[in-house]
Parts: sequence; C-alpha cells; structure tokens
Amino acid sequence: MLQYLVRRILIMIPTLLAISLIVFLIIELPPGDYLESYISELQAQGETVDQKHIEFLREQYGFDKPVMTRYWEWLTGMMVGDFGFSFEYRLPVSEVVGDRLFLTILVSTVTIIFTWVIAFPIGLYSATHQYSWGDYGLTFIGLLGLATPNFLLALIMLYFANVIFGTSIGGLMNPDYIDQPWSWGKFLSVLEHLWIPVVVIGTSGTAGMIRRLRANLLDELQKQYVTTARAKGLPPLRLLLKYPLRTAINFFVADIGSLLPNIISGAELVAVVLSLPTTGPVLIAALQSQDMYLAGSFLMFLASLTVIGVLISDILLAWLDPRIRLAGGAAK
Amino acid sequence: MSADTGSGRKLEHFVSQAPFDPHAIEALSPEQERYYMASQWQLMWWKFIRHRLALISGGFLLIMYASILISEFLAPYNLHTRNINSIYAPPQSLHMFHEGAFIGPFVYGNRFTLNLSTLSREYKEDTTKIYRVQFFCRGDAYKFWGYLDSDLHLFCVEEGGTLFLLGTDRLGRDILSRMIYGARISLTIGLIGITLSFLLGMVIGGIAGYYGGVIDLVVQRMIEILQSFPQIPLWMALSAVLPVTWSPLLIYFGITVILAMIDWTGLARAVRSKLLALREEDYCLAAQLMGAKPKRIIGRHLMPGFMSHLIASATLSIPTMILGETALSFLGLGLRPPVTSWGVLLNEAQNISVVALYPWLILPVVPVVLVILAFSFLGDGLRDAADPYK
Repeated sequence: MLQYLVRRILIMIPTLLAISLIVFLIIELPPGDYLESYISELQAQGETVDQKHIEFLREQYGFDKPVMTRYWEWLTGMMVGDFGFSFEYRLPVSEVVGDRLFLTILVSTVTIIFTWVIAFPIGLYSATHQYSWGDYGLTFIGLLGLATPNFLLALIMLYFANVIFGTSIGGLMNPDYIDQPWSWGKFLSVLEHLWIPVVVIGTSGTAGMIRRLRANLLDELQKQYVTTARAKGLPPLRLLLKYPLRTAINFFVADIGSLLPNIISGAELVAVVLSLPTTGPVLIAALQSQDMYLAGSFLMFLASLTVIGVLISDILLAWLDPRIRLAGGAAK
Repeated sequence: MSADTGSGRKLEHFVSQAPFDPHAIEALSPEQERYYMASQWQLMWWKFIRHRLALISGGFLLIMYASILISEFLAPYNLHTRNINSIYAPPQSLHMFHEGAFIGPFVYGNRFTLNLSTLSREYKEDTTKIYRVQFFCRGDAYKFWGYLDSDLHLFCVEEGGTLFLLGTDRLGRDILSRMIYGARISLTIGLIGITLSFLLGMVIGGIAGYYGGVIDLVVQRMIEILQSFPQIPLWMALSAVLPVTWSPLLIYFGITVILAMIDWTGLARAVRSKLLALREEDYCLAAQLMGAKPKRIIGRHLMPGFMSHLIASATLSIPTMILGETALSFLGLGLRPPVTSWGVLLNEAQNISVVALYPWLILPVVPVVLVILAFSFLGDGLRDAADPYK
C-alpha cells in the first residue's frame, strides 16, 4: 500500500508541472500586459503618465525579463507559498484567494456528496428495472438536467427560493453575516444559501453518473455468478447488495476523476450568476483585466484541486480494491 | 445376426421416398436473405430506425438545420429591427375567434402605459383592434444571405399591428426573430467545432494507437493533463486571450477552435483504444506484409472498422460544445453582439430582476435544451446502431 501511495504521488509531480506550464502559457498569450491596460486607463482618465513610474513598476513586477525567467520565478515562488501580486487588488494573490478557495472547496465537496446521494439509488433502480417506465422517466429527468444550462437553472431557482422561502438573493450567506466570525446563525445562513448552487451544479454531474452507474451495474448483473446466485435462491435484494453493488462502489469512487472537473466548471459558472464569494467571479474579472498572476494562480488552484481529488479517489480505490493495490505497477 | 431373427416382426417406420436435397435446410426465408445479404450500413440503418426517439430527434435536428438556411424568410422581423413603442413587451397571444366569430389567426392591439407609481411598463390587450396574421407577406427588407434583396416573410401581421409572439427585449427587438437568427450561429458552432476536434482526435489518437510505445505514452499523459483541467475555466481563460480588436467573425472562429482544442481528448482516446485492438487483426498484418504504408493501413483498413463508433461519440459531444458556447457568451467572454447566438440572447437575462420582471427573456433557453436533448438521443441511437452485429 505504501509503495503504491509513493508511486502515485510521484506521478502527480510531472502532471502538476505540465499544468503549470499550460497555465503560464495561457496567461502569457494575450497581447500586451496589465501595465499597458493600466496606462491606457490612466490616459483615458486624463491623467499624465509618468514614464519613470511605469518603468519602476515594470521592473518591480518583472515584465522586462524574458518569458522563461518569469515562468521559473512564478513556479519557484509558488513552491514557497508566494503566488505573486494581484495588480487589481493591490494585494498578494494568496490573500485574495484564501477564503474564496475554501468556499469553492466547500461547495464542490457538498456537491459531490449530493451527487452521490442522488445518483446512487437512482442508478441502482434504473439498472434493476431496465426499460421500465421508471427507468425511462428517471433517465429523461437526468438528461433534462444535463441539457439545461446551469447558469439559467441557477437564476430560476434563485428567483423561486426568494419568492417562496424568502432567501436573500445572491451570496452564500445573509448580508448581515458577511464580516462576522463563524457562529451557529451564520452556519445556518450558509446552509440556507448553499443548497441552490449545490442542486444546480449537481444536476449535470448526476445525470452522467446515473448513466455510467447503470451501464456498469447492467454489465455486472449479466455475469454468471449472478445467475448462479439467483439459481441457488438468494433473495434478489440481498444478492444485489452483496455482490454486484460492491463492484459498482469501486467504480463509484473511481468516477470522481471525471466528476470533479465537471463540478468545478459548473461551480465557477454558477458562482458568477449567484455572485457567490467563491473563485468564479474573481477569476472572470482577473481574466478580463489581464491580472495575470491572480488569474494564473486561480487556474492553477482549480486544476490542482482536480488532480488532488483524483489522487484521493485513487487512494480510496486502492484501499477498497486489493487488485489495484497489489498490481498497480503490473497494469501498465 | 439381424434384428428380425429374434421376434420375426419388423419394426414399422416411415421412410420418405422423395429425393433428399441437402441445401433445403440451409435455404433462407426471403426475410433472412435480405438480412444476411445487407451491407453493414444497411444493417445500421435498420437498427437505427428501430430506436424511435433517435429517429424523431434526427428529424427534429434536420428541420432545425434546414431552418438556418432560410432564417431571414422564417423570422417575422429583422435581427436588429427596433420597436421603440414596444420595449419589454410581453409575448402576445395568438387568437382564432373574436367574440365568437372565427376570423383565422390574429392578434389584438397592444396598448402601452407607463405605470407612474412603479415606473414599470405595462401592456394591455386592446380588444377593439384586430390585426390578422398573414402568410407570405411583405415586411422588413433584408438581404438574403447577404446578397439577395427581398422582403418576403413566411408570416407577418397587418399594417399597424405588432406581432411579438415571444415578447421583445430592452430595445424592442422581437425575441422570436432573434432566436431564429441565433440558431445560425449556435447550431453551426457545434458542427464546426466537432469537425475540428474530430480531425484532431483522429490524427492524434490514430498516431498514438498505431505506433504505441513512447508516442502513445506521451499522448496519453497529454490527454490526462488536459482532462484534469476544469473545462469552463480553461475555456474562459482561452477566450479572454482573443483580442478585442478582432472582427466578430474572427471571434466566432476563435471560439470554435478553443472549444475544439479541449474537446478532442475523448475522441482521441476512443480512436486509440480501438486501433490498439484492431491492429492485431490478421488483415492488418497482411496489409503490412504486402508493404502498405502506415497511413494507408490506418486510413484504408482500420478507420472504416470503427468509423460508426466515432460518429456516434462525436454526436454525443456536440451538446458540450453548444452548452460551452452558450455559457461563454452568457458570461460575455464568448461571442459579442452584433453576432447573435442563443448564448448572446441569454446574456440579456443575466440578473435576477430580469427573471422576475421580464421572464420571457429566458425563452432562448428552450431551443438550447431541445437541441441538446435531441443530440443526446440521436447519439444514443447511433451508438446502439454502430455495432449492428450485436
């Protein structure tokens, strides 16, 4: 197990390096840089631009250095927790990101749990009642969730939550609680607001998961050991819970790899509509104003979240399934 | 020592005197014959049409795609026609009977008042005025496909009336007409995008699957890394890269390229795994022995073997692209007016007050949902039909 763990973590390093390179390329791609838009903004406001001040800023932020040097500095900075400086906020990136990243993780985690809780029984039902009305109906509802753009669903649900339950619009808590320390009331308020993004983001992931779980279980249910067990007179429910479901659980854990990017994508989008204090709105603003270190760090964090999520699911899987644990290297 | 020595009585049993034709057993009924002689594509078609939902979806999509050829003619108004007197007008309902008398399809007049206490616009049906809906009539002038001058519309309303079946937006533009025009962009962006990602996926997956070894390893890692990125943030970042100075048309192509650049990974994986399995087949070895070049073996001998699977999975990934474009445009990072797609239309419905006050502005989501559902069902049907021998 330990050997597997070490190997698995070592594989992660080149992946993260490659991701950081891609992210850096993307934030470098736009013509011009933040200083240029800053200068034109100043000029538009009719202020004189002091060339010396600009030169100073340019040097300060390292815009005069070659690309590779800047990448290297960015990369090594990240290792020691220095994510660069946000021009827009005039704060170190880590301070802008901190809380928001935590809330993104919170929303994503709750969404994954929600997806599982919904998808598991439905997938089970669909597989055991293949081609029944229930199967068709549930599949259709799942597809509908997949086909409706997340952001619009969010808007509509927000509206109804406001009309029916009187939930305050936008945000992740009541405006009164925003700058206050955590308390029971604040917690409740967060819960009250959290369910909308969770349901909205969850809908698209749930549909995919139900379909995959159904297909997987159907494969399993056709195997001979199931027929044998049936022939021996095992009650259907017990049979289902005892054998095919156990193999399906492995798949369930493994599926987090495809679920997580999906959920984080959805979370970003929905966050913009619901103006959640997560990473989404800031990421968009940063991308639009070429606040490159902020945007880059966000992208890096989001990608790392998926990589780490997949790592966790792999570890869980290895723990669940001895075949993976023992033959991790042989499978290649 | 024969049997009749014991009892002396022969066992009676029937022997047919007719000559035996050994081929008779193997003879096929006409139905079976038709089945066995059919080509692979014929079999696929038969299997496909048994999937009712997929067939209906395919028909629906055909109609939608046909409509983008004649959008100008179908839309009652032009894309940019503004009606200053009906800003944020709610959908008008179509009537058939006026005070019990049948007069065919018509709409009542729309009376606009400004509520002075809430400053909201209020529209009321003016039942004294009747405007008939006409067919093949003259309306807004347009240039058909940008060249042919015309003003013929499928339907429009009598002089003096307004026909806003789905309401109007903040500039008084007809939503229905804009939706019909928007289909042009929204539907083609998925097709062009999928063509690009199809090519990318086939070439890269083909190379990885055929050569294997180091190339395969590198491609595999590349795909894994790309797939570990959350799609939407990556799309957002890439579309923020597109310069603001580009013309709307260039932006449109830029967006399709971006959508394709991230989407090809799934297809490449499918191609690779299929190739890995197929290249061990004897006919592939035979081709190699006869000196065929890898390009010919892949393109001529291996690809046809799983083309149907590829088409099915490509169909299934069109929805992601359409949704991606919609999401990007909604955020203001994708297409920008005057280019009009469904996402651009939905951009108007960005905040909660719109949903509360002018709910008809979110109607462009209906075609989005329908088209995506249709593509999903069609893809399902194609996937089932892709392997007709099963």
